[in-house]
Amino acid sequence: MVDLSVRIGDLTLQNPVTPASGSFSWEYNDVIDLNRLGALVAKTICREFRWGNPTPRMAETEAGIIQSIGLPGKGIEYFMEHIVPEYARFKPPLVVSCSADNIEDFAALAEELSKSDDVAVVEANISCPTRNLTGQNFAMHEGYTRDCIQAMREKTKKPLWVKLSPNAGDMVSVAMAAEEAGADCLVIANTFLSLKIRTDNFRPALGNKFGGLVSPALKPIVLRMVYQVAKAVKIPIIGIGGVTCAEDVVEYMLAGASAVGIGYAAFRNPTALVTIIEDLEKWCDARGIKKVSELIGAVKDDDMELDTLVAASKGV
Amino acid sequence: MTQAKTDHYTNSALKIGQVDNYPDRVAGEFISKVVSNDSVNGEYKLIVVEVHEAALRAYAGQMFHLLCPSPDSSEVWMRRPMSIYRINRDARQLEFLYKVEGRGTRGIATLNAGDEFNIAGPLGHGFTLDPQWKNIVVLGRGVGLATLAPLSQLAADNGVGVTAILSARSPDVVMSRDLFEACGAKVVTVVDTDNSSEVGNVEKILAGLIAEKKADAFFTCGSERLLKLMQRLGREHNVPGQVAMEQIMVCGIGACYVCMRTFEVNGEKVLKRVCRDGPVFNMQEAVAW
Repeated sequence: MVDLSVRIGDLTLQNPVTPASGSFSWEYNDVIDLNRLGALVAKTICREFRWGNPTPRMAETEAGIIQSIGLPGKGIEYFMEHIVPEYARFKPPLVVSCSADNIEDFAALAEELSKSDDVAVVEANISCPTRNLTGQNFAMHEGYTRDCIQAMREKTKKPLWVKLSPNAGDMVSVAMAAEEAGADCLVIANTFLSLKIRTDNFRPALGNKFGGLVSPALKPIVLRMVYQVAKAVKIPIIGIGGVTCAEDVVEYMLAGASAVGIGYAAFRNPTALVTIIEDLEKWCDARGIKKVSELIGAVKDDDMELDTLVAASKGV
Repeated sequence: MTQAKTDHYTNSALKIGQVDNYPDRVAGEFISKVVSNDSVNGEYKLIVVEVHEAALRAYAGQMFHLLCPSPDSSEVWMRRPMSIYRINRDARQLEFLYKVEGRGTRGIATLNAGDEFNIAGPLGHGFTLDPQWKNIVVLGRGVGLATLAPLSQLAADNGVGVTAILSARSPDVVMSRDLFEACGAKVVTVVDTDNSSEVGNVEKILAGLIAEKKADAFFTCGSERLLKLMQRLGREHNVPGQVAMEQIMVCGIGACYVCMRTFEVNGEKVLKRVCRDGPVFNMQEAVAW
């Protein structure tokens, strides 16, 4: 039987299937056995208490849903005292996503989260598209990303994962800046900044106007981003965007991801993560793959000839 | 290598007769089987499904999250939450009464006997009966009556008397009358066509029940004006109450924080999740929409 474990820096995940931050909470244990997951990923926490954005927070579109939640939470102190213990009951490592609107608060969150042995990873959500009305965030800029991650790196010895934005003009440069600043892993990517306008009343469909697009349609786009970034950095990558089945996990790994995050699929099928883990095992076993980690970056593209005439002469 | 890809990833969902080997289960994803899906009147249909017994731990006021087939050429991206109309444990069946309205319910309407139907649940907190209550008043309108219907069985099982005031546009779309009557409830029908559904008249009926000591608690769903009326009478006469609320929903589990509504608790406005903190809430805390 295949060994599904993967390493993200010094951390070993029992399999490469993790929930995406924001779409998951310990309450999913009502439906699936959380001990089967590669990691547990808490909703983004901020220093301050936040109600989140006005409703409606979700709208369906032709090609997926757009949502704008706005990082609701009771603040870091409540989180450490009441939420971390909810996750600590389970075996997979706990990844805690955090967000702020300034570098000082990001650094303070890294320091605070590092005080708990139950927190395995600090994930810097520098890419939330719906934290404010503008859709702006640090991950859209190389410089802000470098400064923010450097400041966090100084405050934590725990693995520091950085969640990037697909809305950045040049994600590869932002990714390289994060790596240089000390990131241990890149999480690619957050949701795509989107808008829906209702034609019955001419108003934006979401209470916060902009939302993030969540859809299987994102997979080819984010897969391309993972592929491009993987060619440019040495640190591991977690691919997030449109994974709904085991083959999607395989594709992300071939492109260079060491693991994946899943959001939408678990909204649609609350048991999806377990199904995908089981299917991935079957997929590997059927092909005699002994270690799933063999798939990481195993895309066969070295011999691809990009010159049309040369390719034609070779019969490609 | 073939890239086999089925549409919905459901092989971890429980089918009828499968062994449930997950001891911590509170809710589940189930592949139910449609027994019937017939029109009740011009607007409403009743779908009856057979389910794995783990789904039958549901109780009145809880809901299931339904994976609706698409009624057209586009995808229906999210499940639709729906309160349970009837739990038939002997037949291992759940029933959902729905108004064919949006894309989700139009999709459900296409299901036929024998079809598989993926449902997730039971979700949320439903209705609760205080052992001290001897007589309750149920007041609902339109599709809200479907949500209130299982209260009739719950009350009957607990020896609690029920007066059900069923409000609708016209007599032919009054829902749940049979279910309430079969459980021994006293049923009062009020409709728009003869103006009996006006708030003033419903208030008179409620005041009469309070005077007769037939209103130890209020229950409502489906109408803002009826909620406000019951809230006011409840405050004036110290009658506790519960209301079932709805909201656009995504995960149904309590994780995504999409289905928030405003409530007023001890004079302070707060947001709560309809899917997990509700869908049934303390009536006095609900803020009319």
